[in-house]
Amino acid sequence: MDYFFLTISLVKIVALLAVVLGMMNYTVYAERRISALIQDRLGPNRVGPAGLFQPIADAAKFLLKEDFTPGHVNKFYYWLAPCLAMIPAITTLAVVPFGSTLFGVPMVIADINVGVLFVFAIASLGVYGIVIAGWSSNSKYPFLGGVRSTSQMISYELSLGLAVIPVFLLIGQLRLSEVVRYQIEHGWMIAPFVGDWANPHKWLLAIPMMISFVVFTIAIFAETNRLPFDLPEAETELVGGYHTEYGSMKFGLFFLGEYVAMITGSAIIVTLFLGGWHFPSIPDGSHGWGWGLVNIFIFFSKVAVLLFVFIWVRWTLPRFRYDQLMRLGWVFFFEIALANIFLAAIILAYFPQ
Amino acid sequence: MLVEHEQEHDYETLMADPATSAQLVNVQINGVWHQFPKGTRLIEACEQAGSYIPRYCYHKKLTSPGNCRMCLIEMGLPKMGPDRKPELGEDGKPVINWMPRPQISCAQDVSEGLGVRTDSPLAQECRKGVMEFLLINHPLDCPICDQAGECRLQEFSVEYGNAESRFLENKVKKPKNIELGPRVTLDDERCILCSRCIRFCQEIAHDDVLGFIDRGSHSVLTAHPGKRLENNYSLNTVDICPVGALTSSDFRFQMRVWFLKETKSFCTSCATGCNTIIGTRQDAIYRQTPRENNAVNSSWMCDYGRLNFGYLQSDKRLLQPEILSGDKLIAAEWNVAITHAAVQLKHFSGWEIAILASGRMTNEELWLTSRLAKILGVELIDIVPRQGPGDDILLSTDRNPNMNGAQILGVTRWPGARLRDITDGIISGRVKALVALGENPIEIGLTFAQLQALPAFVVMNLLEDESISAATAVLPSFGFAEKRGSMINGKGRLQRLNRSVRGPGEARDDWEILRDLIQAYSGQNSETDSRPGGIHSIEDVFRQMSESFPQFAGLSLSKIGDLGVQIFGTEATR
Amino acid sequence: MAITVSRPKLNWSERLYLPAIAAGMAITIKHFKNMLFGRTKVTMQYPEEKWDSHMPEHYRGAPALVRDDTGRVRCVACQLCEFICPPRAIKIIPGEIPAGDRFAKVEKFPHEFDIDMIRCIYCGLCEEVCPEQAIYLRKDYAITGFTRADMVHNKEKLLEIGGVMHGVVLKWNEKK
Repeated sequence: MDYFFLTISLVKIVALLAVVLGMMNYTVYAERRISALIQDRLGPNRVGPAGLFQPIADAAKFLLKEDFTPGHVNKFYYWLAPCLAMIPAITTLAVVPFGSTLFGVPMVIADINVGVLFVFAIASLGVYGIVIAGWSSNSKYPFLGGVRSTSQMISYELSLGLAVIPVFLLIGQLRLSEVVRYQIEHGWMIAPFVGDWANPHKWLLAIPMMISFVVFTIAIFAETNRLPFDLPEAETELVGGYHTEYGSMKFGLFFLGEYVAMITGSAIIVTLFLGGWHFPSIPDGSHGWGWGLVNIFIFFSKVAVLLFVFIWVRWTLPRFRYDQLMRLGWVFFFEIALANIFLAAIILAYFPQ
Repeated sequence: MLVEHEQEHDYETLMADPATSAQLVNVQINGVWHQFPKGTRLIEACEQAGSYIPRYCYHKKLTSPGNCRMCLIEMGLPKMGPDRKPELGEDGKPVINWMPRPQISCAQDVSEGLGVRTDSPLAQECRKGVMEFLLINHPLDCPICDQAGECRLQEFSVEYGNAESRFLENKVKKPKNIELGPRVTLDDERCILCSRCIRFCQEIAHDDVLGFIDRGSHSVLTAHPGKRLENNYSLNTVDICPVGALTSSDFRFQMRVWFLKETKSFCTSCATGCNTIIGTRQDAIYRQTPRENNAVNSSWMCDYGRLNFGYLQSDKRLLQPEILSGDKLIAAEWNVAITHAAVQLKHFSGWEIAILASGRMTNEELWLTSRLAKILGVELIDIVPRQGPGDDILLSTDRNPNMNGAQILGVTRWPGARLRDITDGIISGRVKALVALGENPIEIGLTFAQLQALPAFVVMNLLEDESISAATAVLPSFGFAEKRGSMINGKGRLQRLNRSVRGPGEARDDWEILRDLIQAYSGQNSETDSRPGGIHSIEDVFRQMSESFPQFAGLSLSKIGDLGVQIFGTEATR
Repeated sequence: MAITVSRPKLNWSERLYLPAIAAGMAITIKHFKNMLFGRTKVTMQYPEEKWDSHMPEHYRGAPALVRDDTGRVRCVACQLCEFICPPRAIKIIPGEIPAGDRFAKVEKFPHEFDIDMIRCIYCGLCEEVCPEQAIYLRKDYAITGFTRADMVHNKEKLLEIGGVMHGVVLKWNEKK
């Protein structure tokens, strides 16, 4: 048994969890402040300097609230659902390389060779949390929310899966660290001007990559139940959707699970399309532990920018109608993603490097 | 009374009709011809014709001195031709010769061919002038005046007066806050010298104590030297005072009249049963005022009855049913207390039980009492007679409001005749159970020790008295303002009590207690002869009672109405 | 009759929605930017900034009882405010001024005067209806308490808020 490997992995897990959970809390804070600023308000600014301790107060509130279970629910599944909403979102992060190396240790918890399949496999479990919450609540609104969420997530998982195929056609591997490595060598997937910009082949490939990026990002919006695709919990239609019957920290898990899913989704987008931890002209961790830290910082900065976009979109766009949502998923994104695979394949086959 | 004369009806034929002309006279009021019986006051005739004439000194139950001048109208008599017959105009009606000066309508009877304009510019101008004079020295007391809200001066000031005063001099100062008698407070500044109170004392109360002294604007109302307004009808002067000069010392500053919810009821302090209005706010009674019923009390009531409601709000009210447990009374739930009482009574046969009922109970309660007696097999049942000094005006010597009901319903034939048997039976130990309904057995000559020795002593009453602690079951009940029901007054008039306030604590309506007691004892809600339906409301009680007693046939609580129904003549009782 | 609303015909770029989405995002980011750099005016930060200095004369704050220059509580317990009060927040128990008192001529005074500030809606009808110029809506607006009983202003509290009102009509003086 490799104790060194175990210890290092444990340290990485704890560190990553700490960073991600902290980030999650401050994403909530950011959501509230940014939404306020977009709406010409100030947002939470009372707790601590500029309201920075607001997430702590919120967490304390959630934890101290009475944790009641309604009498009419299916107790086991009712308790199981919040866990299922949170766990897959965090687990996915295990395969994402969030930095280069630090003291020679690769900054990824599990650099497995089926990385992206693992991501899809685990992320798909997230739907169970919502479906089970909707069903076990034994109440109309949660039930409708659950039903909507099932079909929505299944529909968009299809586009999600198809959208990344061009990336892996190009790279030929499923390992996510390989994706990052390829992008360091050949420039970011959606940015042909990085690296050897004079290569026309790269510019040609950027077309399917761009399409992939857009479809993938939109599908991530739908997968994380963010506006404009937040139909499972549409307040104006379904009260609170699948978590109507939940209170205190159980509601908190659903609420925060959504933000963890956002972080995870952003991390995957960054890894697949935006060069992961790489930034042009900044060396990797092998040039000293300082640079390793800078790489990690770059990764999370990119994630933060994407999170801002998530929030920005939420407070700009209205919610889709349910039929529009399904039409968009099945009629447009599915076909676009499918055609995109052929486009990428044709480019790779007939325009070799 | 009022016969509306149709416009197309020919005046000549009307005049020629001997039947109408014998009793009715034709009067033109504001251009419309009406017919009124001879002897009708003009002010009343106008009111019946729909033209209310404002008045201060005039009161229809009193003489008309005509001193307030508020009822001035324009009047005219038929123009007589040379043949001493009224000249007829183009419409075939007499031409009216209008008098140039206004007349007071309260001192004028209707006469044939009389013409009246109640709202002519002259009449309006007169009222405005009279109002201005009346208000010259009137203080701006309205915020503290108890009359505010039911003050004629306020009302007519709005309708007929000026908005502003032109008076620049100082107002005349007069005595304020004088105790005119034990129950009446006088404020002379507010007095408008209408003399209603003086005439009431002379004509109705036959106690001439009030009068005016001094002259002009210094004229004040006062009691004659050495006399006070302390007769038993003094508070009626407060009612008829059109302003706030005479106020009730009892009601003084207690509550503004506009908050009072008014419930029609009648007084239960003696057998007369004067009709009343009970003024309440939020389950508290603030005052009782007489209500006009010419068959009973005219427009008056005595001070004794009027002020006799304080006991309903006393802190001696029984609020919680109690049963004897060990050697002391403990609070119990209603069903427990009722069952406890019924079980106790079951231990004895009818000849061992006595029932002491009350002449203050309603017919419904007395009927249920007689049913209870029948079911228990009790022969020893009586009403406690209650006598007091009476007078020739309203107050009866019989202070029980429903003695006639008790006799009609067969609770007792000769009230008080069997009281002796009851006391003797209890003293000798032959009677082992006593049911006292609204009466205190100590008042009929029993001692506390004798009551305490009784194995069963069930009390249903409102107030805690010295006999209560000897009881084995205490059932708190309602007072007259808290329940519905009917009573028969001393002159055979069936009248109705209406509920004006809710009962205190857990006290319950008497009929419900008696019904439950019967039910707990006999196990059924209906009578033994299997009448259809049980008793679920006071209406059910009345319906079943009216089936047994022909006096109530065809009546119900709602059919009794506000003024009551005469169910037998006065000869039958006296 | 039903009205048929014809939907606008959209051209190709409009049907793509992307330009509209971009325009919307531009608008929101503009607001965000302006707020971030303090170019947008925002609401008053209440406990730190207060309106007190430029509160208008007609501001309707907590109702209060006033005394006049002679030191008399103006209220004579006429209960008109109790009557007019839409949420029935006022409760008055009148009393009689004893004969020897300096203001015995007024005869009546409020023995108890409670305003339930949980119920009060600051409508000002009590001030408007008062025939004695005794109740005024003052500028106190931060009425707080820990219990329901705290929120009931009794006579002492009302007089404390109200203070002395100068220049009111003195109609109960001896000359009258």
